[in-house]
Amino acid sequence: MPEAATRFEVRETSAAVRVIDITGDITAQSEDVLMDAYGRASTKGVSAVVLNFCGLDYMNSGGIGLLVTLLVRAQRQHQQVLAYGLSEHYCQIFELTRLDEAVSIHHDEAAALAAA
Amino acid sequence: MSDDQARPSATERSAARAATNWAKSISRLNVSEVPDGAVNINVTGRRLTSPIQGFGKMWQKTYQVRLPAEQVSAIDLIATWKQRFPDFWPDGNRFYGPLTGIEPGEVALLNMSLPGKMKLSTGVMVLYADEESFTLMTPEGHMLAGWITFSALEVDGDTVAQAQVLMRASDPIFELGLTLGGHRQEDHFWQHTLTQLALHFDHEAEVDTQVVCVDKRRQWSRWRNVWQSSAIRSTIYTLGTPGRACKRLLKRDRPAT
Repeated sequence: MPEAATRFEVRETSAAVRVIDITGDITAQSEDVLMDAYGRASTKGVSAVVLNFCGLDYMNSGGIGLLVTLLVRAQRQHQQVLAYGLSEHYCQIFELTRLDEAVSIHHDEAAALAAA
Repeated sequence: MSDDQARPSATERSAARAATNWAKSISRLNVSEVPDGAVNINVTGRRLTSPIQGFGKMWQKTYQVRLPAEQVSAIDLIATWKQRFPDFWPDGNRFYGPLTGIEPGEVALLNMSLPGKMKLSTGVMVLYADEESFTLMTPEGHMLAGWITFSALEVDGDTVAQAQVLMRASDPIFELGLTLGGHRQEDHFWQHTLTQLALHFDHEAEVDTQVVCVDKRRQWSRWRNVWQSSAIRSTIYTLGTPGRACKRLLKRDRPAT
């Protein structure tokens, strides 16, 4: 599996908002890197974490499971989770798995940041 | 045309793989064919539920068994598991899979035995399936809200078969049931399944079990899920069996007009 190509980079867009840029695949094997990125993003005063899926190559059901776990961690910290850059197919997967009821999905970064 | 032009790009390959491996988007479940002997009372028309829609504490349970890789590869193991999925289950539990097998989007009916000789009818949908894994997701009314992923991986000369459950109890009654022995029963169910899977490949092995409570909070706003409880509806259906039999008899005895 091409796990080495998977990258999660954290950007600070304001004191309260962090963006996690996702590149590559999200599978169950991505757990450590994803949770490490969330740990870096979730510093004091952060109220929203935005997931940027523009660089997403592939996600399997293990990856969706990881996003649910990340969501629970964020809810515990009273943080909002937003997403943008999902392809039409993965938007449908978010609907199918009903992840869209807890993650607010936007077309682009500007819309996600405005909603954060 | 050059080879590069003819060959799909990595992005196109990933998109094609995703379209093949994931179930198509649906709003409610539909059972195309009810096999003989199966009860379909809690599946058709139901929506799928992830752990986000569940009631109880959120759990991640991982059951693993190791087999020598020279005995079976990860891909062959998953192919066998998909093909013979119900064969490895404990007695008294029936999985009525679709004739097409474990394919994304297919719905299977489950008739389960619970403590106290209670029968429970529900189902699952195949959310995702590839060569190395497949995932079943539960509908509203199922005892668990979430999914279970079956996978295999080759590690240090071994093929590791794994069942991983990510779920919450769907309503307060099932949450109580899990606390009063349901967790133990579920652990036994998947340990038995993995033991039988390993035995199918002539290998006796201990099942390693890891249980993590991902979220200790209960989602009280979801208590209303109880209205769709498959336990309650299955019990009402069972209690109504004599009445339905009488009705059928009366219909048969009535002369045709």
